[in-house]
Amino acid sequence: MIRIISLAVGAFFTLALLLAFGTGAVNYISEPPAPSAEKVFHEHPKEAKFASDGPFGHFDEAQLQRGFAVYQNVCAACHSISQVAYRDLEKLGYNEAEVKAIAAKATINAKDPLSGEMKDRPGLPADKFPPVVYAGAGHPPDLSLITKARHGGAAYVYSLLTGYTEQPAELIKRFPDAKLKPDSGLHYNPYFANLNIAMTPPLASDDLVTYSDGTKATKDQMAKDVAAFLVWTAEPNLEKRHQVGFVWVLFMLFATVLGYMSYRNIWADKKGH
Amino acid sequence: MSFPWANEYKPSHPLMVWMDEKLPLPRLVYNAVGGGYEVPRNLNYFWNFGFLAGLCLVMQIVTGIVLAMHYGGDTRVAFNSTEHIMRDVNWGWLMRYAHANGASAFFVVIYLHIFRGFFYSSYKAPREMIWLIGVVIFLLMMATAFMGYVLPWGQMSYWGAQVITGLFSAIPLVGDAFREWLLGGFAPDNATLNRFFSLHFLLPFVILGVVILHVWALHIPGSSNPTGVEVKSESDTVPFYPYYIGKDGWTVALFMVLFGIAVFFMPNALGHPDNYVPANPMQTPAHIVPEWYFWPFYAILRAFTVDFLIVPAKLMGVLAMFSAILVWFFLPWLDRSPVRSGSYRPLYRKFFWFGLVPAMAVLFYCGGAPAEEPFVMLSQLASLYYFAHFLIIVPIVSSIERPDPLPFSITEAVLGADDKASLGGQG
Repeated sequence: MIRIISLAVGAFFTLALLLAFGTGAVNYISEPPAPSAEKVFHEHPKEAKFASDGPFGHFDEAQLQRGFAVYQNVCAACHSISQVAYRDLEKLGYNEAEVKAIAAKATINAKDPLSGEMKDRPGLPADKFPPVVYAGAGHPPDLSLITKARHGGAAYVYSLLTGYTEQPAELIKRFPDAKLKPDSGLHYNPYFANLNIAMTPPLASDDLVTYSDGTKATKDQMAKDVAAFLVWTAEPNLEKRHQVGFVWVLFMLFATVLGYMSYRNIWADKKGH
Repeated sequence: MSFPWANEYKPSHPLMVWMDEKLPLPRLVYNAVGGGYEVPRNLNYFWNFGFLAGLCLVMQIVTGIVLAMHYGGDTRVAFNSTEHIMRDVNWGWLMRYAHANGASAFFVVIYLHIFRGFFYSSYKAPREMIWLIGVVIFLLMMATAFMGYVLPWGQMSYWGAQVITGLFSAIPLVGDAFREWLLGGFAPDNATLNRFFSLHFLLPFVILGVVILHVWALHIPGSSNPTGVEVKSESDTVPFYPYYIGKDGWTVALFMVLFGIAVFFMPNALGHPDNYVPANPMQTPAHIVPEWYFWPFYAILRAFTVDFLIVPAKLMGVLAMFSAILVWFFLPWLDRSPVRSGSYRPLYRKFFWFGLVPAMAVLFYCGGAPAEEPFVMLSQLASLYYFAHFLIIVPIVSSIERPDPLPFSITEAVLGADDKASLGGQG
């Protein structure tokens, strides 16, 4: 009995799937899915090397400080990093006094302990970076986690920042509707998922920041530095994770060898193993 | 409950003698996973995954309890408290990455454990109850994992909850009311997050209880083995301790090497980037995908694209997705071949390796791919095979197949027929 029911249920599902497959196949052949502009012109992030890549990845303090400068002078106008606290900056190599000075430049709206009212005061190392009020249309995302929140991570951020270009003639020829109107407020960037991004090119010219270590602030250098900085904001414990990881894996490999030897020893009297 | 030649627990220390009279817990442990449990001597490495699954469960409970000490189950703080764990809690990043990747490791191990069961027909009499309880554990694990993924309240948490609870609205008549009852509202919100947190904390302990039943049921007939031939004599078995503790032990260390590589060097490889974006009910992600361990069943759900007879496509998909696991419950009665092991079933073995395994691989791949061609057509073919395999092929193969000759005993399978005579005295 159970086998008859089983055959019937099996026939039910397989016939439904056959019908679905047949319908899909007919549609696919009669109306092949047209490739969209995003499908054809979207590009994967460029190859970009960062010190934090790979199992030996670590942070380059000088680069993180440069990236932080780019963030403060360029990105911070629209984007917050609200998961990061000023005290965290000590990990970039700033000393306590420097961190206090950086924090004090920020204005934090907090409850005044004496009056109980919300008041502006200078930032303290314990404060997190404040929210950024963006006046224009749209919602610039918080950047704290951006390198973990996008496929491709730091390479994506770097590619996006350096990827602004004119719409290719080929694209407009194949997809006339995709031509951007001047008043759309959008900019063509093949690394962005739908090719058109609202963000104006943030690194439009060289020397938007002056690096204290004398590095020349080219567009490419700034993009790379800020991408490296955003790896740190997303994963401040990356170095420690890698260090502990090596100890863990090496110890467990050692345990595996010991364990395997004792296993062979225990089974030595059982022929066939 | 055990073989007559099994070692008996004999406490020597007076304290242990006293303990054995009052509460024979050491005796229970001895008989369950110690020298008192006799196990076939020929188990291969596919029999290691049960032990590893138990380890994963314990690991998930330990890391989960620590995480719950620092997590806030409220939509206003859930995302930030998760980041607080990652940044400010001492070793919080390790607890969270171990917990998130621990769930993946648990499913890797469980899938291998289940497929061991398919190949060697571990579900057959007298072990049906072990199998049935095992399928219940798998269902509980899926529920637990799904609710756990909602807790960080990222984009994929929110939209995953939206889609999965939305499935229940396909139930005729009461679907929408049922969904609202599940969510505690019209969309996932604070009520949903709170109950998911509560249940995500409760269910692992339910799983632990059911695991105890699973192991208890296992100890009635004893473990199966790669030949599928039942234990006949003392020479067929070895005590669990030290033999299988030794064998499981070194694979635990190996597992920890691989697990460590995932946790410390690629902790986000199996996660979706969108879950590092806070939940936003006003913005639907481009592709909503569940965690990788749900992909085969998600692919089956999406394979049903047309209405069938009087059943709407969506309901068909939901029915099929649940049925895909429910059919496992009936396997012991669908597969009537007297031979257990796939090693001695030439026809069944072909369908296993060239049918079920590739179909499952395709379903895994398509479940994670966007819902567009050719992935939809591929998942339709793979789902078709999946249902045909369990509901049509297995019952038919088990009646028409001519199995290969079985070895006389486990000992003969291990040592070869020539040595049988020399072992006569040991029986």
